[in-house]
Amino acid sequence: MSTEHILPKRTYYTVFAILIACTYLTWQVAYFDLGALNAVVALGIAALKAVLVVLFFMHVRYGTRLTWAVIVAGVFWLTILLAVTMSDYLTRGWK
Amino acid sequence: MPDAHSAVAAHAHPALAHHFEDLEQQNEAATLGMWVFLVTEILFFGGLFVTYLVYRSSYPGAFSAASHEMVIWAGTLNTAVLITSSLTMALAVRAAQLGDRRSLIWLLLATMALGCVFLGVKAFEYRTEFIEHHVPGPGFQFEGPYLRQAQIFFSLYFVMTGLHALHMIIGLGIMAVMLWWSIRGTITREYASPIEISGLYWHFVDIVWIFLFPLLYLIGRHVH
Repeated sequence: MSTEHILPKRTYYTVFAILIACTYLTWQVAYFDLGALNAVVALGIAALKAVLVVLFFMHVRYGTRLTWAVIVAGVFWLTILLAVTMSDYLTRGWK
Repeated sequence: MPDAHSAVAAHAHPALAHHFEDLEQQNEAATLGMWVFLVTEILFFGGLFVTYLVYRSSYPGAFSAASHEMVIWAGTLNTAVLITSSLTMALAVRAAQLGDRRSLIWLLLATMALGCVFLGVKAFEYRTEFIEHHVPGPGFQFEGPYLRQAQIFFSLYFVMTGLHALHMIIGLGIMAVMLWWSIRGTITREYASPIEISGLYWHFVDIVWIFLFPLLYLIGRHVH
């Protein structure tokens, strides 16, 4: 059973504090005009939050290698979907 | 894989299916199975995200202007509400693993209450958008030059947040069953798997919102 990976409450509170801080940060940064960087910062912060949730709240940090393989495969295929589609649309203006 | 320490104690547990060696193996299989399902969910939402990116790259001005119409405080509040519900969910899993039934029940109730708050705020936003004629269709109104293109943004907004809200409602149903199982005593320290697996689903729905929030609410905020 899961007996070997019961995390202390402190870990959850720390992750929660970082997630809330990131939410505040991304909300405030959105009001500044950073040009193309606005989207990069917003999605970068979102990705950081997602990774924290996956690793700690979803216990993947302590998961089996098979679980890791499944998740990496899923993200890999999502990357193919996004990268191949956008490489088409973003280059249509090129002459 | 199964260790010597778990095989003896868990042998005769009523929740152990006959085709598993022990509860630990059963738990690993359940976790893996849930992740396989969540990967299909990643690609399901991925299709919507790629649609969003295609149209946003085609009509950046319209998407900024339409995103500006979002109720930003509601989106930010809902992000905080969902993150907090993920915290109570994670603590509920911990309570289940420790066999602390009283805490488990209260934390599941807190998670469900926060889920309901999220849906309430979402309903308020939908109501606002109906009143402002921002629902795509014959009655759609949008100030400025982007009437047709802004409808694409709002179509994506309603489909993406609507599907996310549907996942929340399903999550609340799952939590209701988990609450019942916790009260009835099905969930024990040895058999916390159902809470763990339900937790994975709940956290996944939180992650979808973590990406929806910047894409729908924040992208046009700096343009005035």
